[in-house]
Amino acid sequence: MRRYFGRKLFIYALTFFLAATIDWMIPRFMPGDPVQNMLSRAALHAEAAEVMHGYYTRAFGLDVPVWQQYINFWIALFHGDLGTSVYLFPQPVLQIIMRAVPYDIFLLLPAILLSWLAGNKFGAFAARSKWLDNTISPLGYILTATPYMWLGILLAWFFGIVLGIFPIAGAYSFTMRPHLSWAFVGNLLKHWFLPFASLFLVKFGGWAIGMRNMIIYELEADYSHYLEALGAPRKLVRQYAYRNAILPQITGLGLDLGVVVAGALVTEVVFSYPGIGYLILAAIQNQDYFLIQGCFLFIIIGVLLANFIIDIVYVIVDPRTRTGMQGETV
Amino acid sequence: MTEPKKKNEFLYFALRNNKLRIGLTVVFFFLVLTFVGPQFTDYTPYAYVNPMGAQPPSSEHWFGTTMFGQDVFTQFVFGLQATFLVGIVGGGLGTLIGVVVGFVAGYRGGIVDEILSTITNIVLVIPTLAILLIIAAYLEVRGVFTESIFIGCTAWPWTARAVRAQTFSLRSREFVDLARLSGMNTWKIIFQEVAPNMMSYLLLVFILQFGGAILNAATLDFIGLGPMEGISLGMMMQYAVLWGALHLGHWWWFVPPGAAIMAIVGALYVTNVGLDEVFNPKLREM
Repeated sequence: MRRYFGRKLFIYALTFFLAATIDWMIPRFMPGDPVQNMLSRAALHAEAAEVMHGYYTRAFGLDVPVWQQYINFWIALFHGDLGTSVYLFPQPVLQIIMRAVPYDIFLLLPAILLSWLAGNKFGAFAARSKWLDNTISPLGYILTATPYMWLGILLAWFFGIVLGIFPIAGAYSFTMRPHLSWAFVGNLLKHWFLPFASLFLVKFGGWAIGMRNMIIYELEADYSHYLEALGAPRKLVRQYAYRNAILPQITGLGLDLGVVVAGALVTEVVFSYPGIGYLILAAIQNQDYFLIQGCFLFIIIGVLLANFIIDIVYVIVDPRTRTGMQGETV
Repeated sequence: MTEPKKKNEFLYFALRNNKLRIGLTVVFFFLVLTFVGPQFTDYTPYAYVNPMGAQPPSSEHWFGTTMFGQDVFTQFVFGLQATFLVGIVGGGLGTLIGVVVGFVAGYRGGIVDEILSTITNIVLVIPTLAILLIIAAYLEVRGVFTESIFIGCTAWPWTARAVRAQTFSLRSREFVDLARLSGMNTWKIIFQEVAPNMMSYLLLVFILQFGGAILNAATLDFIGLGPMEGISLGMMMQYAVLWGALHLGHWWWFVPPGAAIMAIVGALYVTNVGLDEVFNPKLREM
């Protein structure tokens, strides 16, 4: 078990190191000059632009040798200094992101977990049941092929505009101040529902199909046939199959996080939901490179953390990893 | 000797597989539309052709017009071209890199495998879109082709992992051992013994990569990091949301592009399952 975690942690540390390095490298080695780009938008006088250029080059620490910049970058990172936002000047990037993160957790955590649970349950039912299989499988393929933003747009249009039941912008009404009351929580939930639903539905399709296929595979395994031969009730055989089939689904949950993050990003854009996705859009539109880079790092950290939690869950669920038999290779 | 007979067998099951028939029909429908569609329209995607602004579908403008009086159908067929290009280039590149990395890792084993697998696992954890996003944000000129290249370069890890596992299991089969014992050289073993057994699998991988590339491109285009020139289905949705098509109820603007992506990708997935059944006798329904 120590070996298992040691290896996982090593991979994650390496991943973080690499991602942070990419984060540092891209603005510096891509063709073009971000500082110049930023200034050209401001339409300054030539002289003023020159002064500003010098100022920003110094402010961003671009005037020292490259290796020094790299070291400075890591030092700043460990101090939690991700730079200053240009778009929301002079707020530090970290502060802006920290304000957005709760909304992301509020949106993503239920969407990921509930779609996974529901998808697994329905997928397991669908396996080897003609009627359910013929309805859930096609539905699953359609849902999992749906672009997140399109489902978001459709839901927003239908429930928000045509029926007018749900609000389609923001995390709560602009007339309200965040405070703890039933009215506010209700308002929050009402704004949360549609973005949640679009994430949930797309993911649900994917998990249901995955589980259906896994169960069919497990029901063909020797142990299932053996149990059947012993005369075990159908329900019991399925229970065993389910417990085995859930393992790849747990691994899949980790691998899928990147995709969900992408989905959340565009969903937040559709619903103007003030999470990191919405921030990124604003950052792109305002060419706020520090904010983009900060969001990138936060997404990476979030995905790595979630992966690590999933690894722990895996060890709890799969006894083989505990006894050192390495149920799943790293 | 048995080759022609085997091919016929695949064809026999392929023609009788409903999933395959439905999937391929939908994909071919859109493929044909991509080539034939531009013949049905006299406009260019961004030309302001309707002075009345946004109007619902009519005989003159099949999919209606946007708020600026642009023809949605024209944007749609030209957007389809970008979609298929991204699918082929991005999906193809992703498959190629994944297959090479996975195959070398699985076939060589040892330290090569160790290194390649570690790299694969690292890239696998990093969210693809985050990388694409940060690259695209700093690119000064973006085209459909560059977009596809970047998508392909970030989409390969799962393929590498799957192909590695496949190669691993094939490598230890008896007929491969036999070939090795008989002194066949490595390349001959790879191309004559191992590769033919993986071809069907690679086709399935490519189909999934194709669909994945299309979805990734749509996401990038939607947040405004798509190509700077031309039109794509993702960009159509971006413009529709940006210019308030939702609030104004211009459904004809945002429904077609998303529906097309869903239909193409969904059909690809279904084709994939159908093909799997054709190649794998255990899964056949008959």
